[in-house]
Amino acid sequence: MPEYQIVVCGSIVPDPLQTLEPISGPTGPALKNEMMLPAWLDPWAGHALFEAANLASKNPGSKVWLVALGPKAKLQQVMMTLAQKVPFELVALDGPAGGFTDASETAAALAEAIQAIPGLDRSRLLVFGGWESASRGAGATMQIVGEILGITDQFQGVDEIVIEAGGALRILERIEGGRHQVSLCDAPPALLGWATGNLPEPRNNPQVGMANMRTIMPALQKAKPAKVGADGLTFSSVAVPKQARDTKIVKDLPADQIAAEIVEWITNK
Amino acid sequence: MEADIVCVGFGPASGGFLTTLARGILNPDGSTAVESGVAPGMPLQVMCYERADDLGFGVSGVVTRARGIRESFPELDPAEIPMAAPVASEKILYLLDPVGASRRPALMRLADVAIRALGPVLRVKDDAMELPWTPEFLEKHGGLVLSMGQFTQWVAQQVMGTGAAQIWPGSPVGEAIIEAGGVAGVRLVDQGVAKDGKPSDGFMPGMEVRAPLTVVADGPVGPIGQQLDRAFGIPEGHHTHDWALGMKFVVDLPETCDLEPGTVLHTLGYPEPEIFGFFYVHPNRVASMGIFVPSWFDSPARTAYRYLQHWMLHPAIWRHIKGGRLRSWGAKTLQESGRRGEPRLAGNGFARIGEGSGSTNVLTNSGVDEAWTTGVILAEGVLELLKEKKPFTAANLESAYVARRRASWVDKDGRIAERGRDGFQRGIIPGMIGMMLAGLTKGLVAMPGKPMPPHQRVKTLEEYYRGRIAPDEIRAIRKESDAKGISAHAALMERAGWPQIPFDGELLVSHQDALLIGGKVQAPAGYADHVEFLYPSDCGTCDSKICVEMCSGQAIYPGENGLPAFDREKCVHCGACLWNCASANPDDPERGRINFHAGAGGLHSAEN
Repeated sequence: MPEYQIVVCGSIVPDPLQTLEPISGPTGPALKNEMMLPAWLDPWAGHALFEAANLASKNPGSKVWLVALGPKAKLQQVMMTLAQKVPFELVALDGPAGGFTDASETAAALAEAIQAIPGLDRSRLLVFGGWESASRGAGATMQIVGEILGITDQFQGVDEIVIEAGGALRILERIEGGRHQVSLCDAPPALLGWATGNLPEPRNNPQVGMANMRTIMPALQKAKPAKVGADGLTFSSVAVPKQARDTKIVKDLPADQIAAEIVEWITNK
Repeated sequence: MEADIVCVGFGPASGGFLTTLARGILNPDGSTAVESGVAPGMPLQVMCYERADDLGFGVSGVVTRARGIRESFPELDPAEIPMAAPVASEKILYLLDPVGASRRPALMRLADVAIRALGPVLRVKDDAMELPWTPEFLEKHGGLVLSMGQFTQWVAQQVMGTGAAQIWPGSPVGEAIIEAGGVAGVRLVDQGVAKDGKPSDGFMPGMEVRAPLTVVADGPVGPIGQQLDRAFGIPEGHHTHDWALGMKFVVDLPETCDLEPGTVLHTLGYPEPEIFGFFYVHPNRVASMGIFVPSWFDSPARTAYRYLQHWMLHPAIWRHIKGGRLRSWGAKTLQESGRRGEPRLAGNGFARIGEGSGSTNVLTNSGVDEAWTTGVILAEGVLELLKEKKPFTAANLESAYVARRRASWVDKDGRIAERGRDGFQRGIIPGMIGMMLAGLTKGLVAMPGKPMPPHQRVKTLEEYYRGRIAPDEIRAIRKESDAKGISAHAALMERAGWPQIPFDGELLVSHQDALLIGGKVQAPAGYADHVEFLYPSDCGTCDSKICVEMCSGQAIYPGENGLPAFDREKCVHCGACLWNCASANPDDPERGRINFHAGAGGLHSAEN
């Protein structure tokens, strides 16, 4: 059985349904009340983490790290929920996570943190992350992390990884038309930017939480500041889409009727 | 799984407990001062399980004297805590009825006429009269305006930063493990189950966490507290007949608002005489505001949300908030029996702290500081027992915790307040007189009144609307509402003279939008319904359906054949359904016919 070292890159984003309001702060653009907004692991990175844990559980001897960049206090909060999901060791970086950062700076900070993980063996290394991000939609961060780490086997929009009998990685990547491209990668190192994967969110397990906590609090205490602010960047304007709420909660509506209502809404606009 | 101490619920009481405990079980250099009994060689294993999806979700904004909190943090700088501000000014406003729909007793109507006539003399402005004096027992000078969500998150960071305790959100505790006449730990709820609790995809049975001490701090409607009350009974003469629902908005105030941070307004008189209001100004032009709807407000169509909107539209409030924007919204039940609602505070292997332990002072309208202090007191007792290596027996907890609590200011002030609200059982005016008497005489004199369980005193719709809406019309409104699957209070109130709410999409929003914009209410999949109708077939004969009317999130609604149904995805876990049932439980006449279990999900806002 291959023993993988799986490093998952994942930051935090505001919890769904929060009202986001960009503002100009003293250090550049930011989200209003960012530190008060409830946060959660970026859902794309979440899929990557759960897939990593699943792969590790099927390959005994494997280990999962989560490299997370965000405000330390918010990371601590998110970890108290996330830590109950799957086993991992945290590598924390203290920095902004509001979405107003440059992808290359973020990638450089993540790559530096990965390289600093003691005992990392490139021949066993799989770097996972989100294909996209709920706060940084450029979709470039993971590719740059791979470039910096010198990992040339990169896969984006991944929905599945299967270990073949000989140890090759069989990877399904999303392509247009709702289909998958199937690739075979001989061996690590490889970088996988995950789409949604196929796994449900794991249940909360207090024992997993207790075990994870042994590394989480020390990791948070020694989190290094990451320089990923908006220094040198100019945002000409920052805004969220205008929205007019007209809430209606209806369950089990046929798809045709939903489509008809959307069309009517658009045409009336 | 085993721990040394397991704590149920994380709010101010647990905050006080864990803050104090953490300081006592660690040496100044961070090393362990008290070794674990269940994991020799390790530090004390302290676990706290919180139902909500994150810490600080679903608790409420307050003004508090912060006596106990400041004792725990003598160097406290409010600026460290988001949304905290020292109390700067405090006023009580008597609100007149600007729309003519409020059900005021004759004496109050007479007083209103006199107040309006003497308007210039009494400085009546915007249909409101500022009382010239705030009774000392109500004053919060020197205290703090807090967002409880932000405060509890701040406390959690301090506690977890020490490494002395783990606080796990998203972990509802299903039941206490009761063995040999005591509590031996807790069992978390099952995951991966259907609505009815039966195993489904990814079933994971709730894990047992056994511990020599279980600290129950799950609030006024907490299922573990209820379970212990059923198992061990409550002291003779005690009861939990009095309740209230607090519902609030957190609002971005408009630029035109000139209220200073720390401003505190209390209101009475409107929208109904039984409903009290509050308005607390936080830093950065943000305010928490809302109303309390008590269980002695006998309307079977009582609704917090609709009344809250009418309260906000009162000219004396609206002038401050017009042009503002809803940021957050939430609701919670308050245990209003105070010390008379005190359960058994300790037994073999368990101790109870916080609001569910009867700590709320019903005279000073204060609960957070008291809850915090009960946690501090328990921690002091627990540390004493740990250091003396004594087990957590009922007798040891009685001397180490209960005796300390009896000697504390929480208990002393709680006794003064005990009868302070009895007058409200007879109406708003006797109630107000009773509060003043109790407050001014330090509890020696109070207006008599016998608190009754809510279901014994709530009127029928016909009784409540007699002279205003004909019985035939009430039945027609009920039938139409049932057919639409909605509550009836909006139609009934409008028929009784309340104007429609002019929705603006910013501050005056529909109830559903309050859930989504303000509460961000969510419910994770894989958990059972936590609201249970114990005798669903009997609900068909219920005239009032007060459970539907009072539901804070419209999560209880008229379902098939008009029977109440529950939608977990809208529930804010306020617990109002526990005390808003019009029928007595045949197995326990003190209770209604709805069970409120532990459940995940609810509000996703920490600004409340």
